[in-house]
Amino acid sequence: MALALVLVPLAFAACAAAMPWQRWRPWLLPVCGAAHLALTFVALGRPDVAAIGAWLKLDDLGRLVLAVVSVLFFACSLYAPGYLALRTERSNRVFVPCLLVFLAMTSLIVESQHLGLMWVAIEATTLASAPLLHFNHNARSIEATWKYLLIGSVGIALALLGTFFLAYAALRAGLGSSLFFGDLVREAPRLSRPWLHAAFVLLFVGYGTKMGLAPMHTWKPDAYGEAPGIVGTLLAGALTSCAFLALLRFFQIVAAGGEAAFARQLMIGIGLFSMAVAGVFMARQRDYKRMLAYSSVEHMGILVLGVGIGGLGVFGALLHLVNNAVTKGVLFLSAGNIHRAYGSKSIEDVRGALRRLPFSGALFLAGFFAVTGSPPFAPFLSEFTILRAAMTSGHALVGALFLVMLAIVFIGMGGAVLAVVQGEPPEREPDGFRDRVGTVAPIVILMAIVLLLGVYLPAPVSRLVHNAAAFVDLKR
Amino acid sequence: MHAAVDRLLVVLLLVNFFLLGTSRLRALITGSAAQGVILAALVLSVHGEITLQSVLIALATVALKSIVIPSMLSRAMRDAAIHREVEPVVGFVPSLLLGGVGTGLSLVFARTLPLAPEHVGSLLVPSSLATAFTGFLLLATRRKAITQVVGYLALENGVFVMGLTLVQAMPVFVEMAVLLDLVVAIFVMGIIIEHISREFSSIDTTRLSSLKE
Repeated sequence: MALALVLVPLAFAACAAAMPWQRWRPWLLPVCGAAHLALTFVALGRPDVAAIGAWLKLDDLGRLVLAVVSVLFFACSLYAPGYLALRTERSNRVFVPCLLVFLAMTSLIVESQHLGLMWVAIEATTLASAPLLHFNHNARSIEATWKYLLIGSVGIALALLGTFFLAYAALRAGLGSSLFFGDLVREAPRLSRPWLHAAFVLLFVGYGTKMGLAPMHTWKPDAYGEAPGIVGTLLAGALTSCAFLALLRFFQIVAAGGEAAFARQLMIGIGLFSMAVAGVFMARQRDYKRMLAYSSVEHMGILVLGVGIGGLGVFGALLHLVNNAVTKGVLFLSAGNIHRAYGSKSIEDVRGALRRLPFSGALFLAGFFAVTGSPPFAPFLSEFTILRAAMTSGHALVGALFLVMLAIVFIGMGGAVLAVVQGEPPEREPDGFRDRVGTVAPIVILMAIVLLLGVYLPAPVSRLVHNAAAFVDLKR
Repeated sequence: MHAAVDRLLVVLLLVNFFLLGTSRLRALITGSAAQGVILAALVLSVHGEITLQSVLIALATVALKSIVIPSMLSRAMRDAAIHREVEPVVGFVPSLLLGGVGTGLSLVFARTLPLAPEHVGSLLVPSSLATAFTGFLLLATRRKAITQVVGYLALENGVFVMGLTLVQAMPVFVEMAVLLDLVVAIFVMGIIIEHISREFSSIDTTRLSSLKE
């Protein structure tokens, strides 16, 4: 079971790479997406999913992230055939297998209980996504890919150094060195403090780079700006969630070691800083896809901020992980449609999206309201939970700053989004892009989830998030 | 065991300075390959005895870091028809000085960390930090894509040396996977370098400047 979640997408990737038919290859994606979703549902229903000894195991945090990744990938896979049919000028022989390898590796990250193996899987997602970013093969996408690869690789190298530091902390304490997550959490109180601190800082910088927390976010606007919408969705929704999961694993070890206060301070600081940086850069943004990248920086900040506040904040952050991922899907995919239709990402050239693309334009607008935390959409709920956690746990100043940042982001993003959707569209090319079922239906599904989670949190989802929060924030 | 390991580590540190001081890309690639050989020798001498595991890792290290990756980089260099790093952001002499300062600081910093009894007085931890720092310096201050890749390799080598203190923690399979990831990373970077040189007729990364605020 645990193994199948990784091996099935890999097998599909091999099929896709071997398959000679350009036209049919994209259809492997929805098939594999559906298979993965089915496997995920079965796995979530079982109490104990493990494989290869203690190496792979689906714990409560893993269950939540796996569900998010699987649903998001499925929506993207429904969108992919319609999108790739419009891009017949480019071969999808690399694109499709890389997407599938990406899915396999994210499943591996979620399941691995050995921190070395988890590192390998995270690095593998970086490598699998480089060709995805480079799909357009123009000067700008090369530049974005190079920055993504280099900054991502350096970040991930620091994370490996941090992982080694952690193992050394155990060695120094005479525990023999092990990189199994369970062992480290159990033995955490005996770990050597200076090494534990140094390890957490390195890991925070390393996996924080992967998440795109400011000031390690510099690759993000370039990468998300140049990536096709579907890749942007997977990076902003799935990969960042996995990097956050990695960060939480180390947070748990540090917290179990009695150093939670140190980690929380760092998380609150970086969280607020990320939101501030995002707010500043969003206000002056002329490119609506880069704007979404800053929105992602902002929401990564909210995630670590929630965990930094602790208690109810952890629940809020994990709920926000779900909401952010799904909302990012709506935004990136609809922005991708708008980009297709106008051939420009600049808000100077794009106006009247509501008229030209009634569905994509409306979904983009709704996605904007959702992502900035307007009721009745789901992110409102999670952001409000984090705010309440801040106010009730004596972090009133943090809560106030959080509100101010949210307001700044709302105003900054609102200006650009309204400029895109309102007004009179420029002359249309006769056979230009228009909304079709294949490129709109998946976004509608995601938007429906955002709305549903906002007005009513179904019991299974609520249980998933509660269990994960209890798992992360275990009172010791 | 200590003496042999420390001697190898001193050579590793010297190669760091060589990397910082040279402008020829060919020499950079050779230096990086030499570090691969040193790392393999380190693997064998740190383990103390010749085990199947250590031999396997040493062989893989030499094969990948000293043969496969350097030949990929040489090919990229030949295709791009560029042989020198000109006008780095920080000159060669200042970067040598910075490297010296960084190495000194690594020695001081490693002293403040509590070491396990078997590593007290060993150069493993400080040279790991110094090599990683050298990699950073190359990455941040050089313009040519190939030099940046060599910098990334040096950074990885520094991390690798840190890994040597934990021979029991890393199962062979994970160690191999880390090496494999590295090779694939360099391979992907090589492809992107090729695209950079085709698109911009140069591998000067300062030309990659159209994406900014």
